[in-house]
Amino acid sequence: MGSGIGAAMAVKPDLKIELGKQGVFVTTISDLYNWGRKNSVWPMQFGLACCAIEMIATTMARYDLARFGAEVFRPSPRQADLMIISGTVTKKMAPQVVRLYNQMAEPKYVIAMGACAISGGPFKQGYNVLKGIDRYIPVDVHIPGCPPRPEALIHAFMTLQAKIDEQPLTGSERPRHLDAEAQGEFPIPVQGAHDLEPPVNRLVWPLPAPAVIGTDAENCG
Amino acid sequence: MKSAKEILMAIQSALPGAQVEVVLNPSPSGQHSLRIDPASALAVAVFLREDSELALDYCSNATGVDWPDKEVAEKVKVAKVVEGVEQVVEETIKHVEPGYLEAVYHLFSMKKGPVNEPGPVVLRMRTVNRTDQVKLPSLTPVWRSVEFQEREIFDLFGIVFTGHPDLRRILMWDEFEDHPMRRDYVDPDDYEYEPTPHDEVLKRAEEQKAKAAEVTQ
Repeated sequence: MGSGIGAAMAVKPDLKIELGKQGVFVTTISDLYNWGRKNSVWPMQFGLACCAIEMIATTMARYDLARFGAEVFRPSPRQADLMIISGTVTKKMAPQVVRLYNQMAEPKYVIAMGACAISGGPFKQGYNVLKGIDRYIPVDVHIPGCPPRPEALIHAFMTLQAKIDEQPLTGSERPRHLDAEAQGEFPIPVQGAHDLEPPVNRLVWPLPAPAVIGTDAENCG
Repeated sequence: MKSAKEILMAIQSALPGAQVEVVLNPSPSGQHSLRIDPASALAVAVFLREDSELALDYCSNATGVDWPDKEVAEKVKVAKVVEGVEQVVEETIKHVEPGYLEAVYHLFSMKKGPVNEPGPVVLRMRTVNRTDQVKLPSLTPVWRSVEFQEREIFDLFGIVFTGHPDLRRILMWDEFEDHPMRRDYVDPDDYEYEPTPHDEVLKRAEEQKAKAAEVTQ
């Protein structure tokens, strides 16, 4: 379970069951709030390549993502709070991806689905593919695979729900939409003469931290 | 199916002014191609499409080739006076052959069908150089299927097709200035994070690390 005030205020599971047997329902605001949040994540209708086909399959009868409360894929970023980046993000498409993310209302989440979305995948050494969308926007769950199976997307979805459930509502670990100071809009890269400008957003992509590189070099001798 | 030489003869008899030559392919496939002159390219293309025997009505593929400047070392026998005696001495002379860009088209005949007319007829066109004289006539008015492919050649190789109905970049954005499929293209250095670097990427990642270490010191 999370840390800080949220965890301290959580009801002990044993006590909860014991009280439940006596007909007393006990919970916390944070539990209720997160329960509501995690079970109403609506994805945006947004696919870029082959992974999108797997994403579509995930919502169809056989895998049925609707079981998790992620019902209809929303056709507008204003009605969605989960962006599943499924497929190859080219450098030509990247500004539009960031723009769509900016247009989504808080709280919002990102699942990067497939090798291309997380790292550029087989096109990594090409000239026109972005080497991972996490260079521009924060990604909550990465799914490896090329393309990942629908089960992998469902697992990522459950991982995201677990992450939401564990978030305390106060303290430094609180979600971004409850933090007035937090950055909600992310700079859209400009398509420059040779590459996207800037090539990365250092605020969300601090790797590699320079100090770590220094020690790495020393360790390697 | 006519061989490249037979097609060359047909073109020459129909269009006496056209400059066409056969570019031989020495590999076992022997897929020889026809190099056509940009000035008469459109007339030749129309002839190839309209000729009842050839009926090359389908262009399945158009692509570009970049031939950079190359240094050629040639051995030449020169008469020279060495220590008072006239001798024939072998000397190597180096000179730079200017590079050029090339557009390649693969033609088929739908009318004749794949059984009667197998294999592509390959057309080539060359630009004067790789820098400023890179114009070639577009063959889109003859074969509509090459519209996107000529845009791709324009985007990735930088050949400008005159007479193309909509010559814009297709894969890269409009503000982009380079031509990524040229042999001298240097792609941006964005390999700063590599979980499992290897080969060329390992080299680049290490250069990146060294640069980052320099900055921190």
